[in-house]
Amino acid sequence: MSRHTKEKLIKYVLFLFALVSVLVLGLIVFSLFREGLPIFKKVSLYDFIFGLEWYPTSDPPLFGIFPLIVGSVVVTLISSLMAVPLGVLSAIYIAEIAPASVKEILKSIIELLAGIPSVVLGFFGMVVIAPWLQNTFDLPTGLNIINASVILAVMAIPTISSISEDALYAVPREFKEASYALGATKFETITRVIIPSALSGISTAVILGMSRAIGETMVVLMVAGGSAAIPESLFDSVRPMPASIAAEMGEAPYRGLHYQALFATGIVLFSLTLIFNLIADYVSEKYRQSGSATL
Amino acid sequence: MCRKNTGNQDQQHSEIGYGVMNANRIHSMKWRYIRQQVFFVTVRLSALIIALALGGILLYIIINGIGAISWDFISMPPTDSMTKGGIMPAIVGTLYLTIGAIAIGLPLGVVSAIYLTEYARQGRIIRIIKVGINCLAGVPSVVFGLFGLGFFVVFLKFGSSILAGSLTLSFLIMPTIIGASEEALKAVPQTFREASLALGVSKWQTTLRIVLPTALPGILTGSILGIGRAAGETAPIMFTAAAYFTAKLPGSIFDEVMALPYHIYVLATAGTNIEQTRPLQYGTVLVLVALVLGIDLIAIVIRSYMRKQKRW
Repeated sequence: MSRHTKEKLIKYVLFLFALVSVLVLGLIVFSLFREGLPIFKKVSLYDFIFGLEWYPTSDPPLFGIFPLIVGSVVVTLISSLMAVPLGVLSAIYIAEIAPASVKEILKSIIELLAGIPSVVLGFFGMVVIAPWLQNTFDLPTGLNIINASVILAVMAIPTISSISEDALYAVPREFKEASYALGATKFETITRVIIPSALSGISTAVILGMSRAIGETMVVLMVAGGSAAIPESLFDSVRPMPASIAAEMGEAPYRGLHYQALFATGIVLFSLTLIFNLIADYVSEKYRQSGSATL
Repeated sequence: MCRKNTGNQDQQHSEIGYGVMNANRIHSMKWRYIRQQVFFVTVRLSALIIALALGGILLYIIINGIGAISWDFISMPPTDSMTKGGIMPAIVGTLYLTIGAIAIGLPLGVVSAIYLTEYARQGRIIRIIKVGINCLAGVPSVVFGLFGLGFFVVFLKFGSSILAGSLTLSFLIMPTIIGASEEALKAVPQTFREASLALGVSKWQTTLRIVLPTALPGILTGSILGIGRAAGETAPIMFTAAAYFTAKLPGSIFDEVMALPYHIYVLATAGTNIEQTRPLQYGTVLVLVALVLGIDLIAIVIRSYMRKQKRW
């Protein structure tokens, strides 16, 4: 074999390896649809998504996942209220203000926070935050929206912080220097020059952080309380989609309606996070700032 | 001139008169300084909250867990319906699953990254692959669990097993490994490649003998963070590998195993002895956290050491 053909062959083999990620994504879709789609022979898509009652084991079973969707959306939004400011501000501190030694330590802290297994954070919510909430606010249970949101925020902060930080670093030096040269203070430079330039990257960070929160399983399984009803207050317990899947899959009879309904819930969850990720990708590609010349 | 750039309301007053403007300027300088200080305090505070969150969680786990740790706890299987005894089968199970995930995920990820950085030309297909990797990174862990169940356990008939669990975890950590490898490969100076190619070495040999060895430490430390993630994940192994309780250690890759994260979940939520087994739960949590963060910490220390050592 000539050297040229060999090199070409290697290139094609490597290309096949690079396709594995796309292939796996395809296989995920294939598996979810194969196991989940049959439910729609029994329940219409509309009734499945907008149905208000999730009683998968009653007779006849009711498969309406609307309360589960609401649960997911509520905990995600409330956790973002905490995670977005903390994540973005800490990124600004790391990228623009902190001295080098503090910067290194803080980056390691955020990396370690990202490394704590979700089941450990869920456990922490159960044994520390839940009793505290229960006693302080005199509630029947401390496993509720607030508890889940706080822990989800802890999980989303590292994602938001580290991606925002990259976006802030990518702002060209000339922008900053020009701003200082005009007499702007550091605060003015950060809020009026650096943040606007990095906004697409920061938006990507926020979207990915929220995507992480909506898909997180163990935390909502352990501390959200598990009630499949539409919540009326922040102290109500909810059953977000991942919690429902993880909690019920063990008992659902193989390829029964309940099993199929859980896979169909997986399809909804997967589609939501896929949309989040595609938006994030679109934003970061479209508004990418590659150098001072492009502005 | 400088008025204009502050952009706030007092620029309207600049035409009123010299004296007023001067007073305004003094006021405005003070105000600008105060605002900056308030901002700095807020920003520092948010960093402090994050540091305290990590410190608080770790301290709580160590204080409550350290009492449960003993040689017997590490080396014995659970006894008395998991209300006493140790967690040895769960530690072994987690090690098997993690090693399996690395054995599959690391080569796949590194080779993908080599193609993307060394061979690929920008184009539509590459764009699709990159979007695919980003989307894969965003797939919820429970959906990975469903995928593992639907594809490996049911479709390929592996059953709930180490094999099915490791494969599921390997795809979960693949985006992390690809990202880390791409970064490390890009950091290899272009001159290294050019020098090798100029000597008549083929592209593949250059990649294999020059680029890859130079990037390897970076690839490995970056990938370790993915490995920590594989060891700590629960949802992907719940339906694909994890057993509630096994008396014996696994004999083959088609056996179910106990795993540390799943063991914590089971002890903390199922059964009637939740309060009674708290010490066991704290102990297991401490072992898992020490394992995962230990791995991460090693990677972080090696990486910062390497950054200082860098010769080019």
